[in-house]
Amino acid sequence: MNRPLALHLVVIAALAAAFFVLPDYHSGNLARIMVLAVYAMGYNLAFGYTGLLSLGHALFFAAGMYGLALSMQHLSLTAIPALMVALIASALVAGITGALALRTRGVAFMIVTLMFAQAGYLTALYFVQYTRGDEGFVLPQAVRQIAGVDLSSAMGRYFAALILFSVTLLIIGALVRAPFGRTLIAIRENEARATMLGYDVQRRKWLALVASGTISGMAGAAYALLFGYAGASFAAVPYSIFPLLYVLLGGAGTTLGPLVGAVFMFYLIDLSSGVTDAYMLVAGVVLVLLTLFLPQGLLGTLRKRWVPWLP
Amino acid sequence: MATVILETRGLTKTYAGVQANTDIDFDLPEGQIRALIGPNGAGKTTFVGMLCGRIPVTRGKVIFDGRDISGLPAHKRITLGIAYTFQITSVFAGLSVHENIALAARRAGGNAARVTETLERVGLADRADQTAGDLSYGHQRILEIGMGLAQSPRLFILDEPTQGLAESEVAAFKTLITGLKNTTILLIEHNMSVVMETADYITVLDQGMTLAEGTPDAIRANRAVRAAYLGTADA
Ligand SMILES: Nc1ncnc2c1ncn2[C@@H]1O[C@H](COP(=O)(O)OP(=O)(O)OP(=O)(O)O)[C@@H](O)[C@H]1O
Ligand SMILES: [Mg+2]
Repeated sequence: MNRPLALHLVVIAALAAAFFVLPDYHSGNLARIMVLAVYAMGYNLAFGYTGLLSLGHALFFAAGMYGLALSMQHLSLTAIPALMVALIASALVAGITGALALRTRGVAFMIVTLMFAQAGYLTALYFVQYTRGDEGFVLPQAVRQIAGVDLSSAMGRYFAALILFSVTLLIIGALVRAPFGRTLIAIRENEARATMLGYDVQRRKWLALVASGTISGMAGAAYALLFGYAGASFAAVPYSIFPLLYVLLGGAGTTLGPLVGAVFMFYLIDLSSGVTDAYMLVAGVVLVLLTLFLPQGLLGTLRKRWVPWLP
Repeated sequence: MATVILETRGLTKTYAGVQANTDIDFDLPEGQIRALIGPNGAGKTTFVGMLCGRIPVTRGKVIFDGRDISGLPAHKRITLGIAYTFQITSVFAGLSVHENIALAARRAGGNAARVTETLERVGLADRADQTAGDLSYGHQRILEIGMGLAQSPRLFILDEPTQGLAESEVAAFKTLITGLKNTTILLIEHNMSVVMETADYITVLDQGMTLAEGTPDAIRANRAVRAAYLGTADA
């Protein structure tokens, strides 16, 4: 077995064990963190691996979240079919967004994706009778279950999050080592050279964005399902910025960077909010320091200095 | 007579008023090593850029292997069997030397054996694990040539490949290029010793137009060429 796969399995096993070791408060946090990490892993596929700096991933997160929550709430679907709806919705939204936004590059791409996400947010507000806008709506506990497992229980929720996280990690781990993933990295490194080797760069970027948006959408759906709430604030600008921060902190283009970044940010805000009201300021300062001194993020630096095989 | 692998008809490029290429008709027989020379700004890079689809044409046709490829995007032209090295070195700086070659070979259907063989051939086998961006300038250029070779192209276009190479590396390049089988070569080159020793035939561009074509001897003897280009160097 190769080292990256072994490392991923160890991380998954450690997370499984953590549930039984950690106090309830922290395992509750960790469930949330794993879902956010999946969101960031989707983002990392576009940004970290393909070099597509999107500022609009909240659109895909929200597409999955609303795909699941609205179809459960208004069409009375059960969790599995609703997850399917979420998958299709986020893939579709990412496909359309990608087809249009990928006509631009660099700063223009950032702005176009930001605008798309803003349009998504406004759409969620516009259909207030279904979405309840910023206030959002709660999914009743009774429907939040799969095959009899109560996803609102601490254990059900934790292990559902862990399964989603594990599947995503293993898929991404395999993907970035496969020829397709290597090509995405090549596109990030030097798009002109990749084109002049005969790679259809435009198509591959689109595929990467669709995969990225779909993974982020599944995180949105899981968030609604596990925490029982969907609201338009998840479609707003901050939710497009969070995965970027997690990825930058943890290490762009590393498979485990999103998890590390999400843990780090979550507890940074959690701890600093206990100390001061200006907790966002503390978070901001730490971020500035990290980007100044560890521009490749925690795992990116680790890989560069000490562990070259780190996936 | 050998079949023509590449031809252009009336190929023209205008950059916001600058006429970089004007009505170039060009025929390249299969298997030939053709040098494309001309003074700075003559339009050489523009010309080959239009051949491989990097630079959109203003007007004119490109025919590769009997097929009009004028409407094809660059990546499709490459997959027909064209390889291209940039005038300004362009490798995947953050990836290993091995990965650079592998990316080139894989798209062209090459396997791991071809990657190893190419690394040996260009003398980068012992640097295979180094990051491409950490290589010396000369080695990066050689790497880029290796990426072209790994594609086993039918037509290999090289834009000033020996620029910045050491004498010994230039000599190795000459040997490499003349030893290639089944590959037609279009070589933009300022180094006259490379041109005269490797080329079967030479095309001289000047101010975006074909000034002369002929064998190395004929070009050396051509007065118009000497006036436009070789003049000071040769006289
Ligand atoms: N993108 C561009 N926009 C405007 N003008 C350009 C552009 N690229 C090239 N030119 C102009 O077109 C002409 C031909 O340039 P080109 O690079 O093809 O010449 P070259 O023969 O390759 O020169 P060199 O030997 O210096 O590489 C020059 O006058 C150049 O300034
Ligand atoms: Mg040039």
